[in-house]
Amino acid sequence: MSGSITGSPAGGSSAFLRRTWTVVALPILSIVLALVVGTILILASELLIPNRAFNPLLPLEAYRSLFVGAFGGFDAIVATLVFTAPLLLAGLAVGIGFRAGMFNIGALGQFLLGALAACWVALMLNGAPAIVAVPAAILAGAVGGAVWGFIPGFLKAQSGAHEVVTTIMLNYVGIYVLAAVVSGPLKAPGSPNPITQNIDAAALPILLGRNGHVGILVAFAAAAVIAWLLYRTTLGFEIRTVGANPDAARYAGMRPKLLLIFTMSVSGLLAGLAGAGQVLGVNHQLNAAYSTTVGFDGIAVALLGRSNPIGIVFASLLFGSMRAGAGLMQIEAQIPPELVDVLQATILLFLVASPVLQRIFRLRSAKGMVDSATLTRTYGGGTEVAAR
Amino acid sequence: MDPIIEALYAIPILGLVFQLGGYLVATVPAISPLILQSATPLALGALCGVICERSGVVNIGIEGTMLASAFTGWVVGVALAPVLPGDPGFLFGITPALFVAIIAALGVALLISLVHAWLSISIRADQIISGTIINIAAFGVTGYLNTLIARGSPTSAGNFVPLRPPRELLDLPVVGWLIDGFFSQGPIAMSVLFIVIVLQVLLFRSRWGLRTRAVGEHPKAAETVGINVIRLRYRNVLIGGLFAGLGGAYLSMEATNSFQAGMTVGRGFIALAAMIIGRWTPVGAFLAALLFASSGAIGQAIVISAPGGTLGDVMTAIPAQVYNALPYLVTIVVLAGVVGRSIPPAADGQPYQREATT
Repeated sequence: MSGSITGSPAGGSSAFLRRTWTVVALPILSIVLALVVGTILILASELLIPNRAFNPLLPLEAYRSLFVGAFGGFDAIVATLVFTAPLLLAGLAVGIGFRAGMFNIGALGQFLLGALAACWVALMLNGAPAIVAVPAAILAGAVGGAVWGFIPGFLKAQSGAHEVVTTIMLNYVGIYVLAAVVSGPLKAPGSPNPITQNIDAAALPILLGRNGHVGILVAFAAAAVIAWLLYRTTLGFEIRTVGANPDAARYAGMRPKLLLIFTMSVSGLLAGLAGAGQVLGVNHQLNAAYSTTVGFDGIAVALLGRSNPIGIVFASLLFGSMRAGAGLMQIEAQIPPELVDVLQATILLFLVASPVLQRIFRLRSAKGMVDSATLTRTYGGGTEVAAR
Repeated sequence: MDPIIEALYAIPILGLVFQLGGYLVATVPAISPLILQSATPLALGALCGVICERSGVVNIGIEGTMLASAFTGWVVGVALAPVLPGDPGFLFGITPALFVAIIAALGVALLISLVHAWLSISIRADQIISGTIINIAAFGVTGYLNTLIARGSPTSAGNFVPLRPPRELLDLPVVGWLIDGFFSQGPIAMSVLFIVIVLQVLLFRSRWGLRTRAVGEHPKAAETVGINVIRLRYRNVLIGGLFAGLGGAYLSMEATNSFQAGMTVGRGFIALAAMIIGRWTPVGAFLAALLFASSGAIGQAIVISAPGGTLGDVMTAIPAQVYNALPYLVTIVVLAGVVGRSIPPAADGQPYQREATT
C-alpha cells in the first residue's frame, strides 16, 4: 500500500525493518491511543474534584511520574522487573494456550495454587538449607499450577467442557482452597488472623537492589524455554498446528487431545511459577484474602505480545513498568493507580478493534498475528469458526 | 423419641441425612429473605447471560457491566441528592434522586453492552476478549473515579427499602415464610421473580423467543427464513445488559447504599455458572441462583447456630469456604457431563458473517 501515511518506516528499503514495522505498528498505535484516552480521563476527572484548581498539564505530570517511577534510577528499574516477572509468566501461560487454540482464563487460580503449594512446602522445609528449600518450593509451585491447568485440559479432552468456563470456575475454587488452607492447616500458631508464618528458608535470594529476587531470572528463562519449545521442537510445531487447524493436525497423525492436555498443564505450570515467585520472592507469607489481578493482566500481556514469547517479554515489561510507576504517580500527581487498568483495557480495546484502526490509519495487517477467529473455537461444542 | 426413628438414627449416614433435612427445614425459612437477596444479583446476571447466549453471543463481561452500573447508580444518586431533594416515597423509599440514578445505571449498562455487541457482532472480534476488556475497564474506571470521589467523603442518596408485609401474613402456617422470602424485599429483588417468569414465557412462547433460539442454534438457517441475525443479536445483547445493570444497581442501591471498589466480587461469574446449571433457561437460571445463594447462606448460618449432634460436628468441621466453593464445583461437574449434561446453544460464541450478496 504505497502512499500510506504511517505504513512505511524511514528508509524503507530494508525488508527487515518493514516487516518489523508491520508487526509492531498496531501495538504501538494502540498504546499511543490509550495514552490519549488516559489524558482525556484525567482531564475529565479533574472536574470531579472540588476545591482544586484545574491543571491542564496534570496528564503530563501523571505520565512523567509514571515513567520516573518505572525507569528513573536503579531502584525504579528493579521495581519494574519485580512487577514484570509474574506478568511475563502469566502472559506466557495465556499465550501458549492461545497458540494451541485454548483460552486460559484460569491463570489466577493456577497462580494461587502455585503460591499455596510453594508456601506450604516452604513452611514444611523451614530450617532446611536454602539450597534444598528454594528449589523444592519453586518446584511445588510449578506442580501446583500445572495440576490446576491439567484439570480444564483433561475435562476438555474428555468431555468437551469448554476451558473458558471451567477455568473461570477453577479460579474461584482456587481462591477458596487458598483461604481454607491458610485459615486452617497453614495458619500461623497464635496468630489472631488467617495468615501463614514467614517462609524463612525458602525466601528467594536477592540479586539486585532491595527486592530484585532470582524469580525474575526464572521468568525470563521461561520465556526463552517457551520460545524454544514453540519454534524449535516438533512438539511446539504440533501445538501450533493444533491451534491453527485441529482437523489438519489430526489428519497428519497428531493427537490433539493429548496436546491440549499438555499445553494446559504447561500453561498452568507457568502461572504456578508466577505464584511461587510472588510468595517466595515478594510477600514471604500468604493471607486468606490473598488475591491478584495477574490472571487478567496475563491475558492483556499475551494479546499485546501477540502470543509470541518475544512480544510477551516486551508487553510484560510495558505493563510491569506501569504497575511499578503507579505508586509514584499516586504520590506526586494524586492519580489513583487504577489508571493503569484503564490504560491496559484501552490498549486491548484498540487491538481488538484493529480492523477499524487499520482502515483509519491505513496499516497493513501483519502475518502471524493472533487473529480473532483463531481464538474462540466455539463456546460449547458446535462446529468451528471459519477463518476470516 | 419414636423407636423407629431411633433405629434409623443408628444407621450413621441415614441419620446424618435426616438430621440435615431437619436442620434445613428449621433454617431455610428463617433465612429465606436473605437467600433471595443474595440470589437477586446472581439471577439478574444469569438472565443477561441467557438472553445473550440464546442468540449466540457469549458475554463474560457481566461482572464488569454489573460493577459499572453499581458505581453509576451510586454516584449519580450522590450527585443528585442535593439537587433533587425529596422525601422517600411511601413505597420502597424511592426518591427522585434514586429514580434518576437507577435510570443512569441502566443507561451505562446499555452503553457497555453496545460496545460488547459492536465488538463481537460487527467487528466479529473474539467475544471472550471483548468481555475481558469490559471487566478490566470497568474495574479500572470505577476504581479510579471512586478513589477520587471518596476523597470528598460524599453522602449517600440512600437506598431502596424493603416492603414490610403485615405481620399476620408472615405468621401464616406453611406459606408464611415463603411470603416473607418474596415480599420482605426491595423493588429490584421483588421484581426478579416476575422478570424470570415473563422471560421464560417470552423465550419459549413468543415470536421473539423462537427467533432468538433459532439465531443461537443455526444463524444461517434463520437468515434464510428472513430473520435479521445481526439486528436480533444486537437487540438481545442490549436487553441482556439491562438485566446485568439492574443486578449491579441492586448491589449499590438496594442491598447497601454505598460503593466499594470491586464490590461485585465475582458475582458476574457465578451468574455464568447459574446460567449453565440452569441450562440456558430463565427459570433454571433463577433456581440455580437460589441454590447457590442457599449454599452460601447455609454456610453462614452454620457459623451462627450450628446444628447439634454428629451433624453439627461434621458441618462445623467442614471449612466455611467449602460452602462458598460449592457452586463452582457443581458447575464443573455438570459441564463435564458427570451428572445432567448441560449443552449450550450450537452457535454460541460464533461471530456471524452474512454471505456476500451481489
